[in-house]
Amino acid sequence: MDSIYKSLAEIVGDDHVSNQPEELYIYSYDLGTTEPHRPDYAVAPRTTEEVQEILKLANKEKIPVAPLGGGLSLAGLAVPLRGGIALDLKRMDSIIEVNERARYVVLECGVSQGQLSSYLEKHHPNLRHSEPGAPPQATIAGNIAIHGQGDLAQPYGFNSDMVNGLEVVLPTGEVCRIGSCSVSPSWFTLHPLPDLGLFLGWCGTTGIITKLSLKLYPSKKIKSVEQFVVENEDLVPEIVYKITHTEMADDIVAWSQAIPTFSSGLHHINILMTADSEKELEFKTELFWDDVLAEYIRNGDGGFVALSAAMKAGLTSRPQVSKASDWKKGGGFEYVGAIMPVETYPECYRRGFDISARHDIPYTVLGRIIGRSHAMMFSWTYAFNRADPESIRQAREALHESDELALELGGTIWKPGVYGQKLVMERIEPNTLKLMKKVKELLDPNGIMNPGNWEVS
Amino acid sequence: MFELRFDERKCSACQTCDCLTKCQYMDIDVDTAKTEMRKIINGEDSFVLHDCVTCYACEEYCKMGNHPFYLIVERQEELDIPPIPYPLIKRGVQIGIPFRGEPKIEEVKEPVLSLGVFANLAYLTQGKLFEGVSLISTDPRTMFHFFCQLMYLHYARTSVIKERLPGIIETIAKHNVKEVIFFHDECYGTFASYAPAVGIDVPFKPIHLFEYLYNRLQELKDEITPLNLKVAYQRPCSSRLSSDKLHFVNDIFNLIGVDSEREYVGENALCCGGIIVEQKKEGRRQLAADVQSRNIEDMVNAGAELCVFNCPACYDTLSHSVAIKGINPIYMSDLCRLAIGEKPGGWR
Ligand SMILES: Cc1cc2nc3c(=O)[nH]c(=O)nc-3n(C[C@H](O)[C@H](O)[C@H](O)COP(=O)(O)OP(=O)(O)OC[C@H]3O[C@@H](n4cnc5c(N)ncnc54)[C@H](O)[C@@H]3O)c2cc1C
Ligand code: SF4
Ligand code: SF4
Repeated sequence: MDSIYKSLAEIVGDDHVSNQPEELYIYSYDLGTTEPHRPDYAVAPRTTEEVQEILKLANKEKIPVAPLGGGLSLAGLAVPLRGGIALDLKRMDSIIEVNERARYVVLECGVSQGQLSSYLEKHHPNLRHSEPGAPPQATIAGNIAIHGQGDLAQPYGFNSDMVNGLEVVLPTGEVCRIGSCSVSPSWFTLHPLPDLGLFLGWCGTTGIITKLSLKLYPSKKIKSVEQFVVENEDLVPEIVYKITHTEMADDIVAWSQAIPTFSSGLHHINILMTADSEKELEFKTELFWDDVLAEYIRNGDGGFVALSAAMKAGLTSRPQVSKASDWKKGGGFEYVGAIMPVETYPECYRRGFDISARHDIPYTVLGRIIGRSHAMMFSWTYAFNRADPESIRQAREALHESDELALELGGTIWKPGVYGQKLVMERIEPNTLKLMKKVKELLDPNGIMNPGNWEVS
Repeated sequence: MFELRFDERKCSACQTCDCLTKCQYMDIDVDTAKTEMRKIINGEDSFVLHDCVTCYACEEYCKMGNHPFYLIVERQEELDIPPIPYPLIKRGVQIGIPFRGEPKIEEVKEPVLSLGVFANLAYLTQGKLFEGVSLISTDPRTMFHFFCQLMYLHYARTSVIKERLPGIIETIAKHNVKEVIFFHDECYGTFASYAPAVGIDVPFKPIHLFEYLYNRLQELKDEITPLNLKVAYQRPCSSRLSSDKLHFVNDIFNLIGVDSEREYVGENALCCGGIIVEQKKEGRRQLAADVQSRNIEDMVNAGAELCVFNCPACYDTLSHSVAIKGINPIYMSDLCRLAIGEKPGGWR
């Protein structure tokens, strides 16, 4: 028997390791357009100690390790580009502690978004986390490993800004704790110790996050949404600015898409808000309708859609279902997400529209506001037919053009795939790139962690 | 192009000008009504064009068979005085564009019922009341091929209705039927009132759902157990286009033993407010809220146990609010099913 396989089986048990082609096949691809790459082993540890042992083995044998949460980041980031071990972290799914008063949760890396949401709903209805629009099996750790954003991005920023503490296993097998948890039993703050933010946004190339503490926020009883529509995309940044000035919205998402037909050429701005009473909700709603946006309504430049209670319930339910994969037969889609200044929304829309038209893909764009108009995550989504290589090629080209566009317009690419990473590294300030290389070499001397990603040559 | 057949001589001879003096949303005396009507007829600006909430009611108030509301909407479009902000008009107009393939024209046997743009409500057409009825437009992907388009009266876009309606009529006519029952008042109003008013031929006879239900209940009379319930009927705006069929509401209620006494009935009915909310004139959100709360309060005061709907848009707008007040929302067809001992399709 293969000695690596045997060693892995000794660490995690026979049931949690595989080198069988039918199982490895599943780990070879993600939902996007990335070419499949088959790992040599799939391993699913249960504990931090098992992760340590696996990394020690991999480091000694110089075997690549591709960490995997839900595998839903779409840009090929958890695809084992160089083979080796697909490290499936989904079994590490304990919610260890919820501190109701200090509003945080400590959990293992395999806990999924859906799991945390339903746990909080059941046991701590006054608390919520910032849930991304991803399918519910996406993991909390996978999301912060790529600097994701959720439905509280507008007041509180990136999900990785909500991290209160980390436990990580370094590529060489040592366990480190970062934040208050390194000096105290409480995982209540990441600061004020010297900054060791070497794991957030690194896509698993510097180590495995095994536990983390995440800030939670008040969950109010009533969830509501209003939808403001404009035709002129140039109005979107100023409208967003005005809405964020009220500090009354939880989540602001501007979107436009060719399908369904009603939204084509229009910009819907979803304003999600929460309240503990009808009175509080009416106060907020009135502010948006009769004060902040009244002028656009009177001029006829914009208007609120009359949403029924059922429509509101649909728009505020978690998670939201993305139908973009239905735009073409064969059910596939991938998006380029970019972190952009909000003022670039009009240009992002217009140029995205052109890219989609050139590649014969119904256009689908969206901007989620991060912070009080501090930035937005703008996504250009491209549907493709999984069964048609030409359709996949078209989508891939459109994605690459969008990567280039994001940088051209002064933004940065969020969770770029290998193509986008190269574009970023070509433009990044040389000393910054050198620093990245030093960090990477220091932490991962044998280059085993998620190789192919963020490789500084 | 199709032209509205509006007879201005009737207005010249009209003493009451009921169309505007009865308006629930504007306080207009006869003299003002005459002046403003004249302006509207002449294609001039009038405050009525700005203040109209598009409740459709003046179509019913005019007892001369003229079409004041259709005329108001034509003028709103010509003079570019839409009640609704432009992006919402574009949105609304685009909603009606079919984009998921052509409809299958199935072979049908009369009686035939068209669900129009409410294919997803096919579950309401079950049980004995609908035995032997063939349905048209049961596929949500292609239902916009059966969309009557009359909604655009709220959007100051009669041009869109006139452009699309002949194609819709052609699609329905391909089923080769003499009569079509329409699930929604709005479709019925389109084919019975609007199309003839603008000179569009309708090669089939539209039947109002309530007329069909009433006749069917008559056939099943022996199976009716009086419900002995108090109900409130939510009259939709489009029913103003078929006031000659309104009596079927009471006929049905009498037949199945429900009591529907309340203030806001008949001509005095209040609209659901769904469309008012979107309008651009200042204060429309509050106006809609006021209309809705008066309406629901009236239902509560009347002791209504059920609120009876025909229009899915009214249902979407009001069902949640009436339910909060302890009044169960129900479609008319379901109410009728209840009376013959069946479980309503909507109570799932
Ligand atoms: C329909 C749809 C909607 C989406 N909407 C959003 C959204 O609104 N906001 C948003 O932020 N994202 C969104 N996403 C993107 C993505 O699904 C989420 O960010 C998701 O949370 C990623 O988590 P995951 O567990 O799937 O990560 P994976 O794809 O498994 O992993 C992401 C990266 O992190 C690495 N990694 C995973 N776990 C660890 C770990 N424990 N330690 C170190 N590295 C690790 C992986 O190797 C990979 O490089 C969406 C995706 C889809 C398909
Ligand atoms: S529309 Fe009818 S009610 Fe109004 S003025 Fe003319 S005839 Fe009279
Ligand atoms: S449609 Fe209604 S609001 Fe408009 S004028 Fe006629 S009655 Fe008045």
